Amino acid sequence: MKDVYLIMKNLSRNKLRLMLNTFAILTAFFLFGLLGALKGAFGAGIELSADNRLIVVNKINFTQPLPLAYFNKVKNVEGVKHVSHANWFGAYHQDQRRPLVGIAVDPPTYLDVYSELRLESAAIDRWFNDRQGMIVGEALARTKGWRVGDRVPISSNIFSKADGSHVWDMVVSGIFSAEDKQTDTNYLLFHYKYFIETQTFGDDWIGWLMLTTDNPQLNEQVAKDIDALFANSAAETETSTEKAFNKAFIEQIGSIGLILTSVVLAAFFTILLIVGNAMALAVRERTREIAVLKTLGFTAARIFRMVLSESIFLACLGGLIGTVLAYYALLGLTNVPQIRSILPNLVMTGDIFAAAVAYMLALGFVTGFFPALRAMRLNTVDALSRG
Amino acid sequence: MHPLISQILAVVAMNIRSLPQRTWMSLATIIAVAVVVAVLLAFLAMANGFRTTVASSGSDALAVVMREGSQAELNSVLMRDQVSLLATAPGIKQDAQGAIVSAELYVIVDGYKRATGSEVNLPFRGLSERGIAMRGGVSITQGRMFEPGKNEIVVGAGVLREFTGFELNSQVKLGNATWTVVGVFAATGSVFESELWTDARILQSQFNRIPSYQVARIALATPGDISAIEAFIENDPQLNLDIWTERDYFNEQAKGTSDLIFYLGWPLAIVMALGAISGALNTMYTSVSQRAVEIATLRAIGFSNGSAFVGTLVEALTLAVIGGFIGTIAAYLFFDGITASTLGGSFSQIVFSFDMSAQTFRQGLVLALVIGLVGGVFPAWRAARLPVITAFTAGN
Repeated sequence: MKDVYLIMKNLSRNKLRLMLNTFAILTAFFLFGLLGALKGAFGAGIELSADNRLIVVNKINFTQPLPLAYFNKVKNVEGVKHVSHANWFGAYHQDQRRPLVGIAVDPPTYLDVYSELRLESAAIDRWFNDRQGMIVGEALARTKGWRVGDRVPISSNIFSKADGSHVWDMVVSGIFSAEDKQTDTNYLLFHYKYFIETQTFGDDWIGWLMLTTDNPQLNEQVAKDIDALFANSAAETETSTEKAFNKAFIEQIGSIGLILTSVVLAAFFTILLIVGNAMALAVRERTREIAVLKTLGFTAARIFRMVLSESIFLACLGGLIGTVLAYYALLGLTNVPQIRSILPNLVMTGDIFAAAVAYMLALGFVTGFFPALRAMRLNTVDALSRG
Repeated sequence: MHPLISQILAVVAMNIRSLPQRTWMSLATIIAVAVVVAVLLAFLAMANGFRTTVASSGSDALAVVMREGSQAELNSVLMRDQVSLLATAPGIKQDAQGAIVSAELYVIVDGYKRATGSEVNLPFRGLSERGIAMRGGVSITQGRMFEPGKNEIVVGAGVLREFTGFELNSQVKLGNATWTVVGVFAATGSVFESELWTDARILQSQFNRIPSYQVARIALATPGDISAIEAFIENDPQLNLDIWTERDYFNEQAKGTSDLIFYLGWPLAIVMALGAISGALNTMYTSVSQRAVEIATLRAIGFSNGSAFVGTLVEALTLAVIGGFIGTIAAYLFFDGITASTLGGSFSQIVFSFDMSAQTFRQGLVLALVIGLVGGVFPAWRAARLPVITAFTAGN
């Protein structure tokens, strides 16, 4: 216990330096927390994709349509468990500069394929039975302040109705959430039938198909069979796992994400370098004192432990405050609607926290180890005479 | 020379010359400032490059017409009849062939990135010779222009740089047809350099879009003035269209992404700058406490408080400016001119280059100076206020 007292005294002997070091470490870990969440948000679509889910799109490009007839054909492919189809709606609500993710789907099969979505059974019934019904993800519902039963006009920046308008009346049947907090719920789903019968683009076509296989090991075979089925037709398909599809899409946003993460990571390590240097210096300045402690009978091992604990304690102090601040900053950020619409799933996960703690310990250890070693090996007579 | 100035100069020179005694601390500060400045400059160069590329694409002399509410070329649909009707509007520049209007089709096809091999969306535009002529600054740098009615494409210089398979004379499968690359074009660094171009009619037939286009470009009789055409559209119920000048359209398209980079870059730089400031403060306080005896001696022999203050401050500023220069040079060497691509407003790739303007450099140096100033002023204050007697006892 006496050691703890000494460590604390040593830490706080120069309050200003303690504050500056803590602050520098704090900023480093604050950045680390934000960055981790940002990376997680970009990667959530990949991480959380189901192992056995495949996406079938037009081979030309995923913005090109497929015939609706493919739905039944794919259903009969061996190894396919559930199939559903979707159309991109180009949705917006009132302000056309703020697009929403809106998808026209076949409700029952959609919920079969995306079984991780949580929706009350009463809401499911309401949705299935109301042609104008839509379900809204909780993130989107929160941004827009929509409640169950609200009647909302949803517009499309792509499609028109026969009367020339772009507005579809919809009713909020339910609000869905997902098992995992990082899952994106910033979108809305409504009836394909309502969409296809009222739009003027042409009939019976879909944007893409999504399906689950009986078993992830069948993925490759099922994908091959589906693409073979439509080879040399007017609309050839390209089937990939959901994971690969999402990954490719995120890579399109491309270099920006990569540059962002690598640059901030470089900054993180630089701050650690600076702090480490300052901490090592602080120990070096105490050479004489350590010699005195040794003279008083402190063993080399005990001094080693004390110096090391001091630096680890300092690293954790700044690091934990920084991480906690990052946590609250993220909470604040996700309450800003503009940010939520770009990065809906900005959260600090346990993984990020664990990584941060590991870095704190590493920082404390690396910065403390050499000074501690030096202190341990210190020759008492030399050190005292040098002063 | 005024005695105060010569005092200050003497102290500054002494501090700077004693820097090597504090090598590690000083070096750490320089590195910290350099990294912070380099990071900020990288973000600014990225935002600047993106904005320059997209904004330079738009001209005031042209207008863009799309279906009402569509916001981006990809979402829009224009029928042939609508285009013909539009061509009769007033306010359109005329030439020997009549109103200068270019109806264009815009589809998205797959390409593969050179760097990662990943699949990306490339814009494939169908247009006419008139459409090419009305955009100023398009020039063929390799090969020749496509011939109407043939499966021939010309590719933008950016496409050739960033994506594989578009070399001159190569065959490319796009959609259900095979196309020959007959030329490469430059378009003053605009977004059009990220596109593939072919004849509009052949693109319509190959992608089953016979009666429809997506966007019409109009040469304006008076640059910047779209009011006459706007009124014409307003009065015709068949034309539920939106019109912008091309410049406004591209500015709007660029806004989201460049804002995102900009608003991400500055806060990050500020948080990092705070970290660097605390590093600088640490260094300078250490410097002052190590030189306490020296400072006290100078004061005892008649040097003023001001010279101690300025001497310390200049030391901090020197470190920051050195760091700032290193950071700027590093950012320039690593980032200036590198090309990147990202997803633009129309769901397709935009190729752009990082671009460091003189203004970016200035911002980087200002940041370095602020770090030096804040990091120096408090320790300098302490140096100036250090009581002579305490300094001698503490240094004992």
